[in-house]
Amino acid sequence: MSNNEFILEMIKISKEFPGVKALEEVTLQVRPGTVHALMGENGAGKSTLMKCLFGLYKPDAGEIFLNGEKVEFQNAKEALDHGISMIHQELHCNLFRNVMENIWLGRFPLKKFGPFKFIDDRKMYRDTKELLQNLNIDIDPRAIVGRLSVSRIQSIEIAKAVSYDSKVIIMDEPTSSLTENEVEHLFTIIQDLKKRGVAIIYISHKIEEILRIADEVTILRDGKKVGVWPAAELTNELIISRMVGRDLTHRFPPRENKPSQEVILRVEGLTSPLFRSFKEVSFDLHRGEILGIGGLVGAQRTELIEALFGLRSIASGKIYYKGEEVKIDSPIKAKKMGMALLTEERRATGIFPVLDVLENTSIANLQKYVKPNKLLDEKKRRAEGKRAVQMLSIKTPSLRTLIQDLSGGNQQKVLFARWLLTEPEILLLDEPTRGIDVGAKYEIYSIMTDLAKQGKSIIFISSEMPELIGMADRIMVMCEGRLSGFVSGEEATQENIMRLATQFMA
Amino acid sequence: MGRINKDKIKNFITMNAIYIVLVCLIIGIAFIDPRFLSIVCLRDVLIQSSTRVIIALGIFFIILTGGVDLSAGRQVGLAAVLSASMLQAPTYLRRFYPDLPQLPLWLPILIAISVCLIAGFINGFIVARFGVPPFIATLGMQVIIYGANSIYFDLPPNNSQPIGGLNEAFTELGTGTIGQGLYSIPYIVIIAIVVAVIVWIIANKTQFGKNVYAIGGNVEAARVSGINIAKNLMVIYAMAGALYGLAGVLEAARTGGATNNYGMSYELDAIAACVVGGVSATGGVGKVPEY
Repeated sequence: MSNNEFILEMIKISKEFPGVKALEEVTLQVRPGTVHALMGENGAGKSTLMKCLFGLYKPDAGEIFLNGEKVEFQNAKEALDHGISMIHQELHCNLFRNVMENIWLGRFPLKKFGPFKFIDDRKMYRDTKELLQNLNIDIDPRAIVGRLSVSRIQSIEIAKAVSYDSKVIIMDEPTSSLTENEVEHLFTIIQDLKKRGVAIIYISHKIEEILRIADEVTILRDGKKVGVWPAAELTNELIISRMVGRDLTHRFPPRENKPSQEVILRVEGLTSPLFRSFKEVSFDLHRGEILGIGGLVGAQRTELIEALFGLRSIASGKIYYKGEEVKIDSPIKAKKMGMALLTEERRATGIFPVLDVLENTSIANLQKYVKPNKLLDEKKRRAEGKRAVQMLSIKTPSLRTLIQDLSGGNQQKVLFARWLLTEPEILLLDEPTRGIDVGAKYEIYSIMTDLAKQGKSIIFISSEMPELIGMADRIMVMCEGRLSGFVSGEEATQENIMRLATQFMA
Repeated sequence: MGRINKDKIKNFITMNAIYIVLVCLIIGIAFIDPRFLSIVCLRDVLIQSSTRVIIALGIFFIILTGGVDLSAGRQVGLAAVLSASMLQAPTYLRRFYPDLPQLPLWLPILIAISVCLIAGFINGFIVARFGVPPFIATLGMQVIIYGANSIYFDLPPNNSQPIGGLNEAFTELGTGTIGQGLYSIPYIVIIAIVVAVIVWIIANKTQFGKNVYAIGGNVEAARVSGINIAKNLMVIYAMAGALYGLAGVLEAARTGGATNNYGMSYELDAIAACVVGGVSATGGVGKVPEY
């Protein structure tokens, strides 16, 4: 069945949950010294497959071979001991301790002193330094992890994986919170790892990235393997059509919204009290318009729209809503005015993980269900929740399912549902498609276009330039807190957005 | 088949662990002393736990938000002393207020509950407006309330003597029953049940209740959703205070007296009751147990 051409083989893995076939005879074969991309929409079975590998789930059928030897791990620790490690999307580091303690946690080098054993700090420092130098990572081993940037913490996790002498490293959406420069750095490290014969299983939704970095691509759909191809033979469109199972000739829905001349929101000279935040930002938002905000990470786009929603304070500047000057000092006020905000960090500031879909959908709109006797109109709440779930085709077993059990795309749609129930005039969307698979992205785009067609106005932030160009009627580009210019949707290209996004950089 | 059955049994045990332990305890105690299973004894258990239930229902909302209230027990003590001091029988010799006329029952009770409501509100205000962790804020309140209660209790002519000789109408509230004999139902148990029903309705059927779950589930998401966090927190703590007040009044009525040490560390029972009853100590999860 197996030979040593592959370092890791998962042969015909099947896993069934009550009512769902999560995996059906899925085979994944990874060669040493290559980057093997694992792709598929959310719910296609990528994470189930990885959980089977790490022994978190016990597969119903199938075998796993490492270096030609049959293995069956009971837990992640065993997998780690056999040279398989995983870099999670959410990083697991102790932010209060320093770099070397995080890397060697649980296996500190010890020195004997009489009958006692102490941690050998000097050896740990030397080992860490050597490890990091080998990987060309320039971090002081004594730096406190919490003070480092996300990308640096990630490289520490990679270093940790290497320190375990890992032969297979799994990276789950490693670039989702990195800036472009940081992505470049990650790719250099990956190239380096390849040279050492390490195999990398790279899980990502970003097709452009996969095409650049991957050697082979395995695509899953609905728990089945669609196939495996050398990356060189694939294109953007091919990957999408194989993932989705139908031809997605258009990544974006046709623009059917017609922005009117009416200005619904006017912002004049908005300035943050913080020194390094947004300054002197002025713009108009028209009824029925989709206004994109482009820029690099750190351009203070999130800060700007959170200030519009009353989550952050403003030092100076004026906001006019439907021609009248308004002061928005709290989300309560913003909501009353008819604004809605989908935040960037869905987990941290969006969903209520321990509450169910219905509660998550209705929470911003409860006052509409309060009966004269002060109790909630449960029937109406349920009916509207159900309607919203159907309207946005949210895939959930029931309204009583906890939102944390849904896929990222469906969670995002629940958040859309929450705000649509409040019947807003202006929607502020911060990276609305972040961490969402291609099919669900298209649905989110359709929702946005539909809303704009109904005369709602949308401001959305995106770091994916194709998305800005494909969706926005107008793109406002920011750089280091300042507005660097507008580009119309038709004229926008990656080049002119990029030029504006770096306009004020030294 | 065998494996599925095993899983099912395991699942049943983990889901119902608390009831299984309870049944085991009852069986064990009954084995040691069979009289435990008598109606009289069960009735006593109900009466004695009634006030604790009310305290637990007050602290329930606070724990739902991910907070804690360490001042609960001392608030109970304050309410007990306040209400008892104003509700002594006119014929009693060592009265707290020698010249106080006999007040209508509701007035001292209302005063005691209001004082605790205000104390609770202050807790909520400090937590919500100044961002002081609930543990710290309510620990401070615990000490303040005990101090205030002790000073009050030490006022001449009482001079820290236990307050006794309570008005009969008042003790009737704590010890009286509907019906006679073995199967009579104590008022105090009925009050606890009524409070539980009201709290259940508030938690599950009102906007306020949903907001509490949301704040406990993810406070940042609640803020973004346009929920007034500060206002809700103040209401939660104030409501809890009122319930401690009620519990304190009933405790005085039940025992027929009060000292400044009443209610000491009752909050620990109440917190334990909530957590054992399935309220997540990190917030957001939990139901009113069906008493």
